[in-house]
Amino acid sequence: MSTTSISVNGKAPDAARGIETQMLPPPSWVDDKPSLRDITDDIARPLEARPGKGWWICFGIAFAALLNLGGMVTYLFAKGIGIWGLNNSVGWAFDITNFVFWVGIGHAGTLISAILLLFRQQWRTSINRSAEAMTIFAVMCAGMFPAIHMGRPWDAFFIFPYFPNQRGPLWVNFRSPLVWDVFAISTYLTISLVFWYLGMIPDLATLRDRATGKIKKFAFRLLSLGWNGSHRTWSRYEIVSLVLAGLATPLVLSVHSIVSMDFATSLLPGWHTTIFPPYFVAGAIYSGFGMVLTLLIITRSTMNLQRYITLRHLDKMAKVTMLTGMIVSYAYLTEFFSAWYGGNLYERYHFINRATGPYAWCFYLMVLCNVVTPQLLWSRKARTSVRFLFIVSIMVNIGMWFERFVIIVVSLHRAFLPSGWGMFYPTIFDIGILVGSFGLFFTCFLLFIRLLPMIAMWEIKGVVGHGAHKMALSSDEDQEEVAVNA
Amino acid sequence: MPSSFLVATFTDAEKLLHAVRAVRQENLRIYDVYAPYPIHGLDAAMGVRRTRLPWVTFLVGCCALAFAVTFQFYTTVLDWPLNVGGKPDNSTLAFVPICFELTVLLSGLATVAALFLRARLYPGKKESLFAEGVTNDTFALVLRKREAPFDLHRARKLLQESGADRIREREMEQ
Repeated sequence: MSTTSISVNGKAPDAARGIETQMLPPPSWVDDKPSLRDITDDIARPLEARPGKGWWICFGIAFAALLNLGGMVTYLFAKGIGIWGLNNSVGWAFDITNFVFWVGIGHAGTLISAILLLFRQQWRTSINRSAEAMTIFAVMCAGMFPAIHMGRPWDAFFIFPYFPNQRGPLWVNFRSPLVWDVFAISTYLTISLVFWYLGMIPDLATLRDRATGKIKKFAFRLLSLGWNGSHRTWSRYEIVSLVLAGLATPLVLSVHSIVSMDFATSLLPGWHTTIFPPYFVAGAIYSGFGMVLTLLIITRSTMNLQRYITLRHLDKMAKVTMLTGMIVSYAYLTEFFSAWYGGNLYERYHFINRATGPYAWCFYLMVLCNVVTPQLLWSRKARTSVRFLFIVSIMVNIGMWFERFVIIVVSLHRAFLPSGWGMFYPTIFDIGILVGSFGLFFTCFLLFIRLLPMIAMWEIKGVVGHGAHKMALSSDEDQEEVAVNA
Repeated sequence: MPSSFLVATFTDAEKLLHAVRAVRQENLRIYDVYAPYPIHGLDAAMGVRRTRLPWVTFLVGCCALAFAVTFQFYTTVLDWPLNVGGKPDNSTLAFVPICFELTVLLSGLATVAALFLRARLYPGKKESLFAEGVTNDTFALVLRKREAPFDLHRARKLLQESGADRIREREMEQ
């Protein structure tokens, strides 16, 4: 790699001493070096132009699925959960599978926005806004399932402790992982929403100053809270963002750990495992990156944002997918090993049944998608081929949905006593509500890319403009410079 | 009462940093700098102190943690002890996840609320922009006349030499 001379703080400090300062060129995450004005124009353009045909077609399909969801959930409320394929053996099936699937999808957003911020990974700047939006919509979809799978969904608020307690002195059982889950998911949704909104305020101010229509101006003025770009505010704002990232980092790890405890604290073979929390977190990040790839591959080309979401970004995301995919594969192996080595009859039978029983096809589909597919990403060619990555990302999503199905339904359908065994077959309502949740997710996402800036303009400007090389190379102290004397 | 300001605009963050350093060298107080993104190194150049907002996070976090422990203990041990699988009423370990979640939730919300209060950001506030495009591609350095009685010509010259594109005086309601 060639080296170029970069002036430090506007002047080369070593120049006076007659030494030429040289350092590696900063990694570039945006193509063609756009000016600050270009960045604003490029990212604001989709919000100001009329949506294209492609957007309308996607929105039409997504909205139809959302209407279907509304209809089916209404029918569900009227009739009860007997319209699903649940029975005495399998009391949790598509509903909880979908719940875990959607919560998992959300994890990539927080990973990108919080963990990668703490690690000072600049490539996050192009994708963090849309990944965070994806998190919020995915957690919304997830939160819907536990509520609608209750026998009396209108009493769903009973899961929260509240004042005044109208249930006499009876409180929720704080020892139950299901209650932990309620707290984890609602905290996660709230903090993600706040983090997402906070990150958007400067961009909303940019849009406010560009807006021509009265309604637009009013809406953006309301949302941008009078932001005027003051550096004193910027200084506080950056620290608060870091603090929130610091809070969100353990939060994101806790959420799927707690979700996994819904299963791990039970005694059911296939659920009762100590490996579940890290295994679920890795799986969540894996599936989340799968979904981010799917969404960004589509939006970068339909919204003409290839300049900001480059092949290098896709390459990075593919690498994270590959790594977490391998952690997931390792967890699969460990489960089988423990079942054999542990010597528990029921545990052993469960894993034999998983690989050879009536649902074996689900298991092999899961292995194909989650173990074999990520291995293809070792090749750089594969990681930079948009079409190939798109197929991989869809496979990841399918694989991770089936992983949860295998964990939940296959464990339940043949537990201890053979007299309690049974089969689960989904009904039209199981499938319809799953499809409908995708409708809800994509409707929200498509509205988001039309109404709000899907790339963080101010962060891109910071990366492209002054200070980018310093952020990449030095630590907290801005005065510190990592320089190689030649 | 409106005050009068000297506003210098720049198109280049490097030049702005230069100007900030030059102005500070002359012992002039900088009212504020306006920029479309946070410029690294400007805190030190302007002499802005590191914010104390993380203390809010810490203090509220401590209170939230104390609240979560007390609340769970009160409901599960004192108010309505419920025998679940013969486990002790005060199953402290089982309270950990909710303690953690409530700490994160309340301290996070409090930090953001404190930022909004401190930076006086609230819905419906009318923005006061010192120069056009400070949320797009322009950087502005603002000196306030009243708080720092400076020699107008000298300040103008200084800013001109640092590469300001445009310098003008503005009356603004602050």
